Amino acid sequence: MLENAYLIPIYPLLAFVIIIFATRWKEKLSSAISIAAILVAVIHSIFVMIAVIGRHGVPFELSVPFIEHPLISLETGIFIDPLTAVMLLVVTIVSGCVQIYSLGYMHGDPRWSRYFSYLSLFTFSMLGLVVANNFFMIFIFWELVGLTSYLLIGFWFEKDSASDAGKKAFITTRIGDLGFIIGILLLATYAGTLNYQEVFTKVADGAVPVGVLTMIGIFIFCGAVGKSAQFPLHVWLPDAMEGPTPVSALIHAATMVAAGVYLVARSMTLFVGSAEAAMTVAVIGLITSFMAASIALVQNDIKRVLAYSTVSQLGYMIMALGLYGFDVAKDPHSHSVGYFAGTFHLMTHAFFKALLFLGAGSVIHAVHTNDIQEMGGLSKKMKITSLTFFIASLSIAGIFPLSGFWSKDEIVAATLGHPVFMFFTLLIAFITAFYMFRLCFLTFTGKPRNQERFDHAHESPKTMTMPLMFLAFLSVFAGWVGMPWLSHGFSSFVYTGELQHHGPNYIVMLVSTIVAVSGIGLAYTVYFKKKISADVLMEKFKPLYTLLLNKYYFDEIYDKVIIKPLLAFTRMMWWSDANIIDGLVNFVGWFTIKWADAKMLFDKYIIDGAVNGAGTVCMAASWLFKYVQNGSVQFYTLVVITSAVGVIIYKVTPEGFVYYFIGVVVVALARFLMKMNRPEEGNVETEPEG
Amino acid sequence: MEDRILTLVTFFPLIGAVLLMFVPKERDDSVKSIALIIAFITFLFSLMMYSMFDPVANGMQFEVNIPWISTFGISYHLGIDGISLLLIMLTTLLSVIVMISSWNSVKSGVKGYFISMLMLETGMLGVFVSLDLFLFYVFWEAMLIPMYFIIGVWGGPRKIYAAIKFVLFTMFGSLLMLVALLYLMFMYHSFAGEYSFNMIELYKMPIPLGAQTYIFLAFALAFAIKVPIWPFHTWLPDAHVQAPTAGSVILAGVLLKMGTYGFIRICLPMFPEATLQFVPLISILSLIGIIYGALVAMVQRDIKSLVAYSSVSHLGFVMLGMMALNVQGLEGSVLQMINHGISTGALFLIVGMIYERRHTRMISDFGGLAKSMPVFSTFFMIASLSSIGLPLTNGFVGEFLILLGVYKANPVYAIIAATGVILAACYMLWMLQRVIFGKITNPENEKLKDLDLREKIILIPLVILIFWIGIYPKPFLERIEPAVKNIVSIVNSSRTASEARMSKGYKCVGDRCDTHTVSIGGN
Repeated sequence: MLENAYLIPIYPLLAFVIIIFATRWKEKLSSAISIAAILVAVIHSIFVMIAVIGRHGVPFELSVPFIEHPLISLETGIFIDPLTAVMLLVVTIVSGCVQIYSLGYMHGDPRWSRYFSYLSLFTFSMLGLVVANNFFMIFIFWELVGLTSYLLIGFWFEKDSASDAGKKAFITTRIGDLGFIIGILLLATYAGTLNYQEVFTKVADGAVPVGVLTMIGIFIFCGAVGKSAQFPLHVWLPDAMEGPTPVSALIHAATMVAAGVYLVARSMTLFVGSAEAAMTVAVIGLITSFMAASIALVQNDIKRVLAYSTVSQLGYMIMALGLYGFDVAKDPHSHSVGYFAGTFHLMTHAFFKALLFLGAGSVIHAVHTNDIQEMGGLSKKMKITSLTFFIASLSIAGIFPLSGFWSKDEIVAATLGHPVFMFFTLLIAFITAFYMFRLCFLTFTGKPRNQERFDHAHESPKTMTMPLMFLAFLSVFAGWVGMPWLSHGFSSFVYTGELQHHGPNYIVMLVSTIVAVSGIGLAYTVYFKKKISADVLMEKFKPLYTLLLNKYYFDEIYDKVIIKPLLAFTRMMWWSDANIIDGLVNFVGWFTIKWADAKMLFDKYIIDGAVNGAGTVCMAASWLFKYVQNGSVQFYTLVVITSAVGVIIYKVTPEGFVYYFIGVVVVALARFLMKMNRPEEGNVETEPEG
Repeated sequence: MEDRILTLVTFFPLIGAVLLMFVPKERDDSVKSIALIIAFITFLFSLMMYSMFDPVANGMQFEVNIPWISTFGISYHLGIDGISLLLIMLTTLLSVIVMISSWNSVKSGVKGYFISMLMLETGMLGVFVSLDLFLFYVFWEAMLIPMYFIIGVWGGPRKIYAAIKFVLFTMFGSLLMLVALLYLMFMYHSFAGEYSFNMIELYKMPIPLGAQTYIFLAFALAFAIKVPIWPFHTWLPDAHVQAPTAGSVILAGVLLKMGTYGFIRICLPMFPEATLQFVPLISILSLIGIIYGALVAMVQRDIKSLVAYSSVSHLGFVMLGMMALNVQGLEGSVLQMINHGISTGALFLIVGMIYERRHTRMISDFGGLAKSMPVFSTFFMIASLSSIGLPLTNGFVGEFLILLGVYKANPVYAIIAATGVILAACYMLWMLQRVIFGKITNPENEKLKDLDLREKIILIPLVILIFWIGIYPKPFLERIEPAVKNIVSIVNSSRTASEARMSKGYKCVGDRCDTHTVSIGGN
C-alpha cells in the first residue's frame, strides 16, 4: 500500500474534478462522491500506517523528475515516514468527519456541490502537502492550501466580512510565504537540492554554514508563522471564522493551521543545526500561545474563543518543537521530549479542536447566533452536543485520562530546564482551562439568557451528531497511544533522533493536573456558581479587559502603520506616474510642438524675412543708385570735386568737415527732392563718400 | 518543407490580408470568417512547425538564407530556436483567439480591422523569425502601422492620444536602433571586408567595449521602451486602456515580448560585455518596475488599467530573470514571457467580455458577479490566480525559476522581487473581491448573462495552457533550454574574457604579463 500512497491525495482530487465537470447539478451525488473519496483515503491511510509501523522508522520515498536542471532538479514525489503516516490519518479522519457533518450543517445551501468540491480540493492540497518529498512540492501544496482556504473562508462571498476575511487570510499567510520561499531559495543555493532527505543529510554533515542555516531556519519558519497563525501574523485566523463552521473545524483547527507545525517538525534537522533559529521558534511559540490565550479569556463569540484557543495551542506545539531543537543543538544527547510533544499534541489537538468547532457549529445551527451571552442552558436541549463539547473541553484542559492530558503533559515536560517557559506554559494551561469552561458554562448551563433563541433550539440531526460522537471517542482515546508507560508508543514511533524511551514524569503530571483543575474550578465558581461576579472582575481590571477585548489592538496598529501608509504611498505613486513620469513625456511632446511653433515664427520672420529682406534691400538700393548713375558728366565732376574738397577739409580740420558734410547733404537732399518733383530732368546730387 | 515552413507561417496572414481586400466591405460576415480561417490555418501551420521542431538540436532550425540586397549584405534570413518557437506559437494562438473575440465587438470598419489584424500578425511573426538584422528592423517597424490603426481607429475615447503616444515612443527607440544598426554594419565591413546583417555572423564579431556600450544603449533603449522597463512605461497604460480588447490582448501578449525578445536575441549575445556592464542598472530598473507597477495597479479604478500596470510588474520579472544571465533565470524569463501572454491575454479578454455587457470597466460599478455570472467568475479567478503565480498555474513555474536564477546572481534582488509576489496577491484579490464577490449592489449586474459558447471557446485554450504549463512545464522548458544555454555560454565566455583582461591589468609588471589561471564562474 505504500508504493501507491500517492493515490491518497488523488482520491479527493478526483472527487473535485468529477464534481466540477460532471455532477455539479446533482447535489446529492456530489456530496456522496466527495465523502466516498475521503473514506477511501481514510482506509488507504490506515493501511499506510500499518505498513509504516512494519518498517520500524525506515522512511519510504518515491519520486519522478519535474523540472530537470544542471544546477538543481526539482522533482515530484512522496515521502512517507511515521510523521507523515500520522498526519495522513489525522487529515483524512477529520476531513471525513467534517464532510459528513456538513451534510447536516450545509443543508439547503444553494452552492452545495461547490462546497463539497472545495472541501475535496482542500483535502487534496493538504494531503499533498503532507506526503510531499521535497521543499518545492510542499511549497506548491502549501500555496494550494492557502487558495482553498481563501475560497472556503469566502464561501459565503455575499457577506463582505467573509470575502474580506478570505482576502486577509490569503495575503497575511502570503507574507509568511515570502519568507518560506526565500528559505527555499537559500536551501537550493547552499544545499543544491530541495529533497528532504538529501537536504537533511547535507545539513547534518555540516555542508551548510551555521549562519546560513540560522537564516534558512528562520525564513522557513516564517512560512509556518503565516500558516499556523503565529505572532505577529496571527490576525487572519480569528477573522477566518466568517467561513462556514465545518470549514473552520477542518481548516482552521485541525489541518491547515497544523501545516506550519508540520513544517517545523519536518525541517527539525535545520533547527537542530542552529540553536538561534530554534530559540526564535520557541520564543515566537510562547508569545503567541500566551497572547492568544489571554485574548480568548474575554471574547464572546463562540467561534472566536475557539479560534484564539487554536492559535494558543499551535503556539504550544511550535514552542515545544523549538525547545527540542534548542536542547538538541546545545547537547546532541539531550533527552528533550519536545519533538514528540509537539507532534503528539498536533494529533490530539486536531481531534478535540475539530470536535469543539463542530460542537460550536451544532450550537450555532440551533440558536443562530455566535454570541455566548445570548445562549445558556442549552445542555437541556442538546444532550449529545453538550456532552461531547464537555469531553473536548476536558481534553483540551488536560484532565486525566483524556487525550489532551497526555500531550499537554509532554509539552510541560519539554520545558524542563527552561523555567521561564515552564512558568508560562503552566500559566497558559491554567488560562486555557478557565476560558474553555467559561465557554462551556455560559453556553450549556445556567438559565437561558435569550428565551426566544432557547425555545427554537433543538438537537442537531444525526449526520451532525455522529461525527461529534466519533471525534469525542478520539478525544478520549487517541492520546493513549502516547502514554508514557508504553515502550513502543507514539514517542518512539515519531522520534527523529536515536530511539529512546521516556519514562513517566509524575511531578509534571501532578502539577499540570492541579493547574488544569484550578482553572476549571475558577471558571466553575465564576460562571456556574456565580460566587464571584464576572462583571465585578471586569470592572476591576478595566484597562486590561479593554486591551484584551480589542485583541491588543493588532488590527488597528497594522491598519495605521502598514495598510494606510502603503495605500497612501500607492496613491502617491500613481499620482507621480500620471504627473511626473507621464508629465515629463507630455512635456517633451508639448515642448516639441512649442518649439515647432517657435521655429515656424523664426522661419516666417527671420529666415523668410531675410530672404525677402534681401530682395527689398536690393530694390531700394537700385532705386537709389539709378539716380546716381545718370550719365551726366557735370554731375560726376561735381561729385569728384565735392569729394576732393571734402578730403582736403578733413585733412585740415575734421570738425569743419562735419559742417561741410552736413552742408553738402542738405544741398544734395534739396536738389534731390526738387528732382523728385520733376523726375524727367534726372539731375541728382547724392551724398559724397566720406 | 523544412525550409519553407517559416516563410509560410510568417506570410500566410499577409496573403490573407491581401485576399480580404477583394472582399466587398459590406459583407462583414465573410470578412470575419475569412480572417478567422486564415488565422486558424496559420495556427495549424505553426503547429506543424512545432511538431517538426527538434527539441534537443542545438542552434537555429528551419534556416533559410537567400541574398536580398547583396551589395549591403542584406539577406532574407530566417530561422528559429526554442525561444522564438514558443513566441511564434503564442502569437498564432492569440491571433486566432482575438479573431473570435472581435466577432461582435467590432462594429464599424470591419474589413479594415481584420486586414490590420492579419498584417499585424505577419509583422509580429516576422520579428520572431528574422535572423537578419535588417529584416528584423523592417518587421519591427512594419508592425507599428497596423497597431497604430487598431488603437487609433477602433479604440476608446482617447484613442488618438494613445495611438500617437504609442507610435512616437516606439519610433523614438527604433530610430536610435537604426543608427546603431548602420554603425554595426560599417564596423562589420571593416572587420570582415564585406557588409552583413546576418545575426549569427555578427555574434562572432569582436566589438571594442567602448563602441559596444553605445550600440548596446541604442538597441537597449528601443527594446526597453517596448518591454516597457520603468520609466519608459507610460505609453502602456494609455495604449492598453484605449485599444480595443483584441488590441490589448495582442499588445500585452505579443508586442511587449518583442522588447524582451530583442534583448535576448540581440543585446545579450551581440554585446555581452556591455550587457554585463549594464546588468545592475537594468536589474534595478526592473525591480523598481516590479514594485512600482504592483503598487500603482493597487489603486487603479479601471480594471483594464489595473491589468495594464500589472504588466509593468510582470515584465519587470521577465527582465530581472534575464539579467541573472544564468540558465535558470533566462529559462524562467522566457517561460514567463509566454505565461504573461497567456494570463494577461486571458485577463484582457475577460475584461472585454464584461465591458461588452456593461459598457464600463470601473471596479466600483461591479460587485457580486459571482452570483449572476458564475462561469465568468471562475474564469476570471483562474486567470487572476495564474497572474499572481499560484502553484500549479503557469505563473508559478516561471516566477520560481526566475527567483532561483536571480537568487544565484544576487540574493538581494531576489528578495525584493519576491515581495512583488505578495503585492500581486494584494491587488488581484482586492480587485476580485470588489468585482465578483460581495453583494450585488448595482441592479444592472443582476440580470447579466453568463458567458456564451463563443466566449468559453476563447478562454478554454488559455485555461488549459495555464494548467498545462503549471503542472507539466517540461515540453516547454526542454525546448527553451538549448537556446538559453547557447546565450548563456556566449555571455559567460565574454565574462571570462573580460575577467582575464582585468586580471591581466592587475598583474602586469612592465612587459611581463601573468596570464595564467583565470577561474571561470559557474553558469
